Amino acid sequence: MNKLILIIKREFIAKVRNKSFIVMTFLSPLLFVGIGVFVGYLSQMKADLKTIAIHDETGRFVHEFKSSKEYKYVNLSSVDLKILKDSIVKKSYEGLLVIPKTTDNVLLQKNIQYISNDSPSVTFIGDMEEVVSKKLTAENFQKEGLDTLKINKAKAEVSINLEKASGEAALKGLNEIKIGIGGIFGYLIMMFIIIYGNMVMRSVIEEKTSRIIEVIISSVKPFQLMMGKIIGTSLAGVLQFLIWAILGLSAMFVLSSVFGVQLGATSSVQTQQVMQTAQHAMGSDIQMYIKELWNLPIATILISFIIYFIGGYFLYSSFYASIGAAVDNETDSQQFLLPIIMPLILGVYIGFFTVMNDPNGTIATVFSMIPLTSPIVMMMRIPFGVPMWQIAISMTILFASFLGVVWFASKIYRIGILMYGKKPTWKELYKWLKY
Amino acid sequence: MSNILEVNNVVKQYVDYTALNEVSLSVPHGSIYGLLGPNGAGKTSLIRIINQITMPDSGEIILDGERLKPEHVAFIGYMPEERGLYKTMKVGEQCLYLAQLKGLSKHDAKTQLDYWFDRLEIQGWWNKKIQELSKGMAQKIQFVVTVLHKPKLLILDEPFSGFDPVNANLIKDEIIELNRQGTSVIFSTHRMESVEEMCDYIALIHKSNKLIEGKLTDVKKQFRTNSYEVGIVSENIEGLMYDLSQKFTLSQTDFKSLNDELKLEINLGNATPNELLTTLIQRGQVTHFMEKIPSVNDIFIKTVSE
Repeated sequence: MNKLILIIKREFIAKVRNKSFIVMTFLSPLLFVGIGVFVGYLSQMKADLKTIAIHDETGRFVHEFKSSKEYKYVNLSSVDLKILKDSIVKKSYEGLLVIPKTTDNVLLQKNIQYISNDSPSVTFIGDMEEVVSKKLTAENFQKEGLDTLKINKAKAEVSINLEKASGEAALKGLNEIKIGIGGIFGYLIMMFIIIYGNMVMRSVIEEKTSRIIEVIISSVKPFQLMMGKIIGTSLAGVLQFLIWAILGLSAMFVLSSVFGVQLGATSSVQTQQVMQTAQHAMGSDIQMYIKELWNLPIATILISFIIYFIGGYFLYSSFYASIGAAVDNETDSQQFLLPIIMPLILGVYIGFFTVMNDPNGTIATVFSMIPLTSPIVMMMRIPFGVPMWQIAISMTILFASFLGVVWFASKIYRIGILMYGKKPTWKELYKWLKY
Repeated sequence: MSNILEVNNVVKQYVDYTALNEVSLSVPHGSIYGLLGPNGAGKTSLIRIINQITMPDSGEIILDGERLKPEHVAFIGYMPEERGLYKTMKVGEQCLYLAQLKGLSKHDAKTQLDYWFDRLEIQGWWNKKIQELSKGMAQKIQFVVTVLHKPKLLILDEPFSGFDPVNANLIKDEIIELNRQGTSVIFSTHRMESVEEMCDYIALIHKSNKLIEGKLTDVKKQFRTNSYEVGIVSENIEGLMYDLSQKFTLSQTDFKSLNDELKLEINLGNATPNELLTTLIQRGQVTHFMEKIPSVNDIFIKTVSE
């Protein structure tokens, strides 16, 4: 037991002292935020002004097109169509909208053309279609003798207010936030498992290639060494996550105080007051979203993350450790790594496609129980609210299967660390299990 | 004298071959015991079993009167042939860690480490990483790590490989000193001259079987051929040769000497040295007369090639 603690300590310190750990821990949140800001900035950037020529032979629509910051519409209905088409080829104009001369509105609907060199964006075409449709609809109403004003008045606009069973008012778009949060944590688990699993593998390979392995296993059992390595490395991972969680929570506190969200006191009166004032105040949406963020089961998310990370990581790093023992260098490990990464990727896909649509559906529930995918899938489900008993069962299965896997892994590990010189095949690994 | 280590009928079988076939050895207390054998003979398999890295299929190991158990790792110091250290770990920390794994307390490990660093004059290396050291320097650290926990039994697999002659000598002296203080040493090597020089017991393993074991002098007696090296200055060489060839088997040989003499190796067969001397004295001046003792190398090659 004492020796196990010694090994854990050494592995932990070796990982934490590593420069790349320090850089990763403090730089990657910055990088994360930086990329977010950068993407945001890019999407805010003004596109170049594009000039669109309109050749409207009916003369009824051209005035409906209003120039915007992105698009400038020019009325060239009097210019000959052939010349216009040439000028498109010469790129004098971005595009040419041709509305043929006809009084038959049904025919017209199908015969409007847009000519350009580059394929236009879907939203742009949609916008143009809407302008024409709107005008045509209005004309159709008039033709049929309908009162446009009355119709507009009769149009109902429904906006469903979301409310949780617990009674708090919910915000539209909250599901998107949940998807986002679940996605981030599910993805984070996958990344953590791969990064820290790889660390375990590399450290096993390092002991093998530096040949210190025989010195060490003349003092401790290979199983102790493997477990010490796995546990020590996982502690480094937990430390890294805790640092991120503290940074993240402090960022949320800062944001909250900037936007003046009251924390802690969540009596319904206050909530409503906040909501009322929020509706008038600037940045009321941001305020609401921040408030909703606080209403997410943050503690459950963070604690589950740590438990699922440890469980999932234990499970996978036993594989990683035995692979590290089986090979002589990292390049040889590729063929064995693929089957390990597959379930992780499967988990992420199921998370993004199934969980997002139906967080408590059968598929999502089943895959949040299967140990190879449960850490990722369950993490994605948790922001939507998962019954405690499901989480408990899923965690129990995860840790139980870890015990099974580690037993197999330690057998391969024990044989592998003393094998040099040849690249083992799957068949040989299977044989080692029976030694 | 009791034995520090007894290996009784140990069998180790791998899927497609037998590494050890009913091997038994007795290593006496306080001896330097040479474990010899060609590559692939089973030496490393045996050493790994003694170190509890692998388990024998059958047979037992007795260490200092007790059946081998996990606690015994603290009594054994093992330097494997393929050795290494953590490259990016600092020398001091690494030594402390490995000593603690052997069961030493941190404080004791530190005391021992100071002693050895002083003794080998490497105090300045404490904060260096192994990758900053030369291979020979790293080997010194490796040796320190092996002996730090004052093992009763030291198992050294090819201990001198990688050392320059100066450092090899230094380590050899340290081994002899440890042995003088009561540490038993098992030596596995191909370097016959160091066996000749240091070992008082040897065992030879070949193709999974133990072929020879015993006190070095006893083994040599067993392999003596009753041959003598003779140097003689004679005026009538032809007559001398005739006389000798009547009674003994002769061959030309060479050894270092200051005289310009006839150098012969003479096999006595069943005769005594005195009979040979009598013949020689009658024919000239004897300048050299010595029994030809089989070297460990001779014994090794003779046994293995049989």
